[in-house]
Amino acid sequence: MDLQTTIFVAVGLSFALYIGIAIWARAGSTSEYYAAGGAVHPVLNGMATAADWMSAASFISMAGLIANMGYGGGLFLMGWTGGYVLLACLLAPYLRKFGKFTVPQFIGDRFYSKTASTIAVICLLVASLTYIIGQMTGVGVAFSRFLGVSSDTGIYVGMAIVFTYAVFGGMKGITYTQVAQYIVLIFAYVIPAIFISVALTGVPIPQLGLGATLSGTDVSLLQRLDSVVTDLGFGKYTTTTAGSTLNMFVYTFSLMVGTAGLPHVIMRFFTVPNVAAARSSAGWALVFIAILYTTAPSVAGMAKLNLHGTVNNAVGVQSDPTGGLKVNAAGVKANADPYAVESSLKYEDRPDWMKRWEKTGLLKFQDKNGDGRIQYYNDKTKNEAAKAKAEAAGWKGNELTVNADIIVLANPEIALLPNWVIALVAAGGLAAALSTAAGLLMAISAAISHDLVKGVFAPNISEKGELMAGKIAMAISIFVAGYLGLNPPGFAAGTVALAFGIAASSLFPAIMMGIFSKKMNKEGAMAGMLAGLIVTLFYVFAHKGLFFIKGTEYLNLIGGANSFFGITPEAFGGVGAMINFIVAFMVDKVTKEPPEHIQHMVENVRIPRGSRAVDGSHAH
Amino acid sequence: MQQYNHDVQGYWKATLGLITKVLAIWFLCSFGAGILFADQINSIHLGGYPLGFWFAHQGSMYIFVALIFWYAKKMGDIDKEFDVHED
Repeated sequence: MDLQTTIFVAVGLSFALYIGIAIWARAGSTSEYYAAGGAVHPVLNGMATAADWMSAASFISMAGLIANMGYGGGLFLMGWTGGYVLLACLLAPYLRKFGKFTVPQFIGDRFYSKTASTIAVICLLVASLTYIIGQMTGVGVAFSRFLGVSSDTGIYVGMAIVFTYAVFGGMKGITYTQVAQYIVLIFAYVIPAIFISVALTGVPIPQLGLGATLSGTDVSLLQRLDSVVTDLGFGKYTTTTAGSTLNMFVYTFSLMVGTAGLPHVIMRFFTVPNVAAARSSAGWALVFIAILYTTAPSVAGMAKLNLHGTVNNAVGVQSDPTGGLKVNAAGVKANADPYAVESSLKYEDRPDWMKRWEKTGLLKFQDKNGDGRIQYYNDKTKNEAAKAKAEAAGWKGNELTVNADIIVLANPEIALLPNWVIALVAAGGLAAALSTAAGLLMAISAAISHDLVKGVFAPNISEKGELMAGKIAMAISIFVAGYLGLNPPGFAAGTVALAFGIAASSLFPAIMMGIFSKKMNKEGAMAGMLAGLIVTLFYVFAHKGLFFIKGTEYLNLIGGANSFFGITPEAFGGVGAMINFIVAFMVDKVTKEPPEHIQHMVENVRIPRGSRAVDGSHAH
Repeated sequence: MQQYNHDVQGYWKATLGLITKVLAIWFLCSFGAGILFADQINSIHLGGYPLGFWFAHQGSMYIFVALIFWYAKKMGDIDKEFDVHED
């Protein structure tokens, strides 16, 4: 079977599986629709949470980002997993005890205010919608690269698939489909990594392979990588931080708090049977996430070494003429000069995978010094020795640009792995994007049908009516998401950071104070949410333009880029969260304390006994 | 409103004590070993991994997983001790 057919078969089979599950798991009641009847086993819920959480960005882009950033890329790894510790001990068990369908409902009931609930709905909608655009474009990219159809067609197919199982199955259908999607995506991620780890180090566990020595040598893989990249003028792989240490610290903190505050993640803990299950389910979710997240740095480091090795013979890791990758032990030991003429790969000798990716425009070669060879190095280096060597060798600038997304997608091709592995990666990328899109759509439709329609506009709606409203809201959300995917607004690139910023600065502190501060009142909570949100948006918009419209940046107003202690706008959510806490406590001090029954409610939420099935009644 | 005969305050104090321990470890392994002190401990090697780099790219995540299960187990014990566990 040729590659194209294999890919069609793999993707077709996985889609048939998802639809089969959707038919089996249709939702009949609002409880099944919003919370899968509260009866999902903690391990299965953990798997579904992992699939929900790991988006197209985690699957396709993260390893590439880490490869580019080196050590500093660890902020994504720690940030996106550390949030689960906060979730497990600060939020999930208490929200499960509270026993309602949505995050805004908790905020509305706890702070005895429909305005508070509406602010939460708005934060949720902005965070989820910005996040979903990335998923839809991810579906489009995966389809166009692997199935040869246009990216638009890919988005239509993706919409149709999500429509079938999300609209009819609700949370129940989504949960069981996500379990299947997790299995597809984790195999797709780990198998190529195992192949590559074996090829480079002989160790079949990628997590250990990254810390092992290159086959046939006593040089460790990271040591080789460090010396290769520093020779070529890049920062040392194992020590380069993301901006200042302070920025890396705050960025990591923002991602952790943002992760714990994202409504589509929190919602997953309403689907387990009781409080104890909510705690352990967070652990299981992190187990399944960590399988991919601990593999990612290996994929990143190894792919970076492979890429340099492919275009520069001095590295000592090169494509084997008989197929696959091979460590040239003598080459590693000789530590040849990467600037020698013969070291750079001749353009006409480049491997097939480079030709294929050149067509997509994600990989570009430009022969600046006209020698017919590929020179891949950092031409903006501050390393004077590297600069001098490049000039002496007659190099006229870096000639190869590689889009970060290629690292995972082309990884099996770089290592010349069999066709079925490439097909699996295609199915895995789609599974990652679809599962996250479905989870986000669920959070959006629940907020609209439950918190707006039932909570504000039509409190007396029947269960059947609400279920119908939920399905209609879901269908509309899918079309809006599809439309935004097809016509991505110019701001698409900056938006995922915004989603984390909003979740971190508005939702997380409000929920946490609702549980841990019995005396926190509605005035404090609302002032905190608004202050955190406004300050964060102000800082982000200063860098990226008002509502991301180009030309409306106002950097001089805040004293230049990253003016707040060198913190980048992506990292600012954590600062927003702190402002939220401070403002909330200050306002709380000067306004009157919450009514008696609310304080009792908080006491009740803190104790596991008496947990019952989630329901949707609005208690006021 | 349901009334509890149990030592609700004692239960909450025990819970907060456990959460403090969990968050202290959470902070030390990621922000401490992975970021603030990464440079200092990089001179120690774990196989081919410099230790600070390892904490940022691997170690913190393993510790987070263990931490959540430990927390879940300990919380279960506290629930039973104060007789507020679910049936």
